[in-house]
Amino acid sequence: MSDRKEPKSMERRRFIRSGMQMALAVSLGGVASVSFIKSTSKDLVWQIDPFKCVQCGRCATECIMTPSAVKCVHSFNLCGYCDLCGGYLKPDPNARSTAAENQLCPTAAINRRYIEEPYFEYVIDEKLCIGCAKCVAGCTSFGNGSLHLQIRHDRCKNCNECAIARVCPADAFQRVPRNTPYLIKGGFTKGGTSKDQLKKG
Amino acid sequence: MKQIKYYFLLISVLLFTAIQSFAADAKQRFPKPEFDTGYAQPFTTAPSPRFLLLEYLDVIVLFVVLSVVTWFVLKKRSRKGVFWTSVFSLLYFGFYREGCICSIGSIQNVTLGIFDSTYTIPLTALLFFLLPLIFSLFFGRTFCAGACPLGAIQDIIAIRPIELPKWVQKVLGLIPYLYLGLALLYVATKSEFIICRYDPFVGFFRFDAPFHMLILGILFLVIGIFVARPYCRFFCPYGVLLGWMSKFSSRHMTITPAACIQCKLCANSCPFGAIDEPIVETGKRRSNVNRLMIYFVILPLWIGVGGFAGSMLHVPLSRFNKTVYMAELIVEHPEVKTDAKNIDVRTFMSSGKSTEQLVLEADQIRHKFYIGSWLLGGFVGLVIGTSLIGLSTFRKREDWEPNRTNCLSCARCMDYCPVKKEA
Repeated sequence: MSDRKEPKSMERRRFIRSGMQMALAVSLGGVASVSFIKSTSKDLVWQIDPFKCVQCGRCATECIMTPSAVKCVHSFNLCGYCDLCGGYLKPDPNARSTAAENQLCPTAAINRRYIEEPYFEYVIDEKLCIGCAKCVAGCTSFGNGSLHLQIRHDRCKNCNECAIARVCPADAFQRVPRNTPYLIKGGFTKGGTSKDQLKKG
Repeated sequence: MKQIKYYFLLISVLLFTAIQSFAADAKQRFPKPEFDTGYAQPFTTAPSPRFLLLEYLDVIVLFVVLSVVTWFVLKKRSRKGVFWTSVFSLLYFGFYREGCICSIGSIQNVTLGIFDSTYTIPLTALLFFLLPLIFSLFFGRTFCAGACPLGAIQDIIAIRPIELPKWVQKVLGLIPYLYLGLALLYVATKSEFIICRYDPFVGFFRFDAPFHMLILGILFLVIGIFVARPYCRFFCPYGVLLGWMSKFSSRHMTITPAACIQCKLCANSCPFGAIDEPIVETGKRRSNVNRLMIYFVILPLWIGVGGFAGSMLHVPLSRFNKTVYMAELIVEHPEVKTDAKNIDVRTFMSSGKSTEQLVLEADQIRHKFYIGSWLLGGFVGLVIGTSLIGLSTFRKREDWEPNRTNCLSCARCMDYCPVKKEA
């Protein structure tokens, strides 16, 4: 068709096209190689550094999941098994008992169990936990800080930018390699990475 | 009365820390007890994230989908095939993968990888960014046709598309450039990922979204019934890059498989207004050339004016950055320093960082915004200038052709073409 009529202009168009195509390919290749040098074959997931966390309570409300993918975890190695638990009991409790009025947790997600005099075990029921960090605040200020928040990766959607990270006042959210996805207290030290001594659940 | 217990506790805490600070590895206020009853300590569970191999499987699925849809567009010329591939993509990348990871958002990962020295971009994100662009460089925007879940959800809903006036399309078509520029600005200043934050459809994929995003998503879908693919055409920042690639692609789809017979059947088939009609030059050649020359001359002016306008906006733009916002708040309203209800300020005050330090940091970030908004404004000016040039350049067209930049390769027009493939 037009090929026969105006061979010159078509030739010119084709030349411009392939030239631009080459230019685009080169710039794309440039971006790709600059990025590739710094890329990691291990994917990244989000996690909370419990030493930076200030227990502001936003994890419960800002996550795209309802309830939040952030839950309280219990690092039993650090727990003092206290009877007067700052994470379990409200300040100024009527009695050190499992009565609802004495519990700090708004969803009663912590199970308190008597072990032996004078020790009590505290286990988080993750189905109930909403990640509000009330117990974390209590445990951190009055106890060992064995209760702390972690993103649970069976629930986390791993958004490109974590909605909680964006509003975290303490910048406690960070991207960590997918093969070491937790920063559980006791398993790692401040600034270090988690050792894989944890049972996969 | 009961508070006495707590005071006692506090005192004992202090005592413990005082005593134990001498001990080698004792950091705990209350040491772990030794149990006599044979108590077995439970494990702290750590459920694994999605298996890494599955993330690479996503990349493979993307590659396969791109190949299949390209084959449907270029070889089979089948709208049905393209449609069902896009339904698959909607189900897989949309509802199964819940909209994350996506190529549109990956622009930000790539940018962050370049600007943030502490961020290493996952290879999967890089591949999600590159694959559609490479395909587009050779075959046109087949990604938009069948691999993008955001495109697919809008494509299905486009029931009664109306044709927008050309000038409206042109003006709205400038928004994606601005959006792309803004997204890059906010990532390069390490502020936030606005493309992901304002993704209107991800809430549908997850069946969960903040209220305002749900409203925005519903709005997009309702408008999408009449204005086909509003997000793709008038917002998608990745579409800008794909459009550049597609414009110079070597094997873009054609409406007709052989020679066009000028039947005009395809003219109204495109719901996206992406079919260019045949044109002959109108008006006097001399004045047309003059106008073109003027547009070329004022192109630098556009860039300059755009850049200047952008730089004037750098202060309000920078307020979306956390650090800048906080510094401004504390400087302008020093009384917030004692406001216990303001979590951000309270956290900052207890972090031990001085206000001077914060202001210094904010100043540095704002300076980055100053440079960035010059570039952003200049870029938008360049886009406006070149689109004016594009409007006034005359290129003789004899047949009905897809506009390579805007064509989404959806293959609707092919169904309307009566010409059969030459044997």
